Amino acid sequence: MPDAASSPAVEVTRLVMRYGEKTAVDHLDLRVERGTITAVLGPNGAGKTTTLETCEGYRAPQQGTVRVLGLDPQRERRALLPRIGVMLQDGGAWSGVRALEMLRHVARLHAHPLDVDALADRLGLGDCGRTPYRRLSGGQQQRLKLALALVGRPELVFVDEPTAGMDPAARRTTWELLRQLRADGVTVVLTTHHMDEAERLADLIHIIDRGRVIASGTPLQLTRGGTSTIRLVVTKPFPAGAPDSLQASLGGHLEVTTISDVSLLITGPADSTTLAVVSAWCEEQRVLPESLNLGQRTLEDVFLELTGRGLS
Amino acid sequence: MTLDLSPRPGGAPLGSQVLAQAGMETRLLLRNGEQLLLAVVIPVVVLVGAVLGADRIGLDLSRRAVDEFTPGVLALAVMSTSFTSLAIATGFERRYGVIKRLGASPLPRTGLLLGKVLGLLLVEALQVVVIAAVALALGWRPDASLPAALVSTVLGTAAFASLGLFVAGVLRAEATLAAANLVYLLLLAGGAVVLPSSAYGSAGGFTRLLPSGALGDALRSALWSGEAAWGAWLVLAVWAVVGAALTARTFQWE
Repeated sequence: MPDAASSPAVEVTRLVMRYGEKTAVDHLDLRVERGTITAVLGPNGAGKTTTLETCEGYRAPQQGTVRVLGLDPQRERRALLPRIGVMLQDGGAWSGVRALEMLRHVARLHAHPLDVDALADRLGLGDCGRTPYRRLSGGQQQRLKLALALVGRPELVFVDEPTAGMDPAARRTTWELLRQLRADGVTVVLTTHHMDEAERLADLIHIIDRGRVIASGTPLQLTRGGTSTIRLVVTKPFPAGAPDSLQASLGGHLEVTTISDVSLLITGPADSTTLAVVSAWCEEQRVLPESLNLGQRTLEDVFLELTGRGLS
Repeated sequence: MTLDLSPRPGGAPLGSQVLAQAGMETRLLLRNGEQLLLAVVIPVVVLVGAVLGADRIGLDLSRRAVDEFTPGVLALAVMSTSFTSLAIATGFERRYGVIKRLGASPLPRTGLLLGKVLGLLLVEALQVVVIAAVALALGWRPDASLPAALVSTVLGTAAFASLGLFVAGVLRAEATLAAANLVYLLLLAGGAVVLPSSAYGSAGGFTRLLPSGALGDALRSALWSGEAAWGAWLVLAVWAVVGAALTARTFQWE
């Protein structure tokens, strides 16, 4: 058993969670180092929220172990809860409670809360402080829920889809705040299905699909920074053997990955000549390109390669 | 203004947490129009109506109408807050994820329950002040034992609150709303709250065993003659234990 002070912020080992027949989390391993922003990225239903709720002590692991700040979220829940901040995806406030009243209430449950007005100001909640929760906009509710997670000055915050429903300005404010949390020594674990959010914020990204971690790394490692990609989508399915013939036309320095029967990905040092080769090949195969994009390899490409599916 | 977000975690002392929770529960309850109607307006209307009505139709009462009905109206007020209001509020707290949210805060579940109970007692104190003021204005002259009235109120609150939490913990919010109001109306009409069990004839033996009848009889005994109603207290205690056991077994926090 590791020393509690030096243990990682989160350590999930071989976690299994099932709901009836459905396996939501399937032998998942996850490690979050202290002082980092770690993104758990995956499509809806991938098992992100279930994993987080197990870390927050809401659910007991059916198999495997979960340690948060070196503590068992079930058996040592009372010791753990004051040290973590939780932003839930849905609900979390009385419908008739005023925004600042709710924030003040949660502040009072803590020993050394943040200054409520300063926090509300920072999150742009000053104007709607007296508005009942049910009449706040989706973005305002999100910002209030984030404030509720932070007001107790936790060591570790779990934020579940923090920017869902926010306008671009509020998203930027939220990202800045999450970066400041890291700078001030708070560990941040966030789930998201926004590639750009994970790419911009996270030190480390864990991509989850169907209850398992399918890839982990820094954004640069995951996108193999600087590698170019060409994404080709055609209007009707490729003829049989088409990807192999494209690979042959392109040569060995580029790699063709089939994404679906109408799309494929070409990875490697691609340039405008490559585009010309691909166009010629399309004509030869009698397929019509719907889109043909040359660009940097993104997390979206990584996810497509790994799962054969898009994220959203 | 720069915000220092560096960690400084810790829960407030349990006492302050419970007080904060009780204050919040009370404020929200008093802010809600329907709840206020249930808590104060209906009991006052019942009291005034019963007193004026009894004088007009010349009901054969063994004591003055206001002395006859005030204890039962107080029982009705306790029932409305500790059963109906509590059940509805808790049902919607489950629905809106408030209980889940607070479950991730330093406030332990016992603290949440203590906060709720304290909130109930605060609202009940307010109800008693208003109803007693109206009753005194109507000429109420109680021959009361304050300790017996307090014991009756606390036991009645415990019985109804545990049943209210049971309903709120198993049903969806809308079903809780309907059930809590329906039970309130049924007990108001046939539960020996405002009228004594003895007024129900042969059914009196049954209404005596209802929490409503037991609370009404206990308060009548405390405020008519200043006597302890041991039998009614026992009935309330049994309901409280049964309700608490059912709640502990079935309550779902989400």
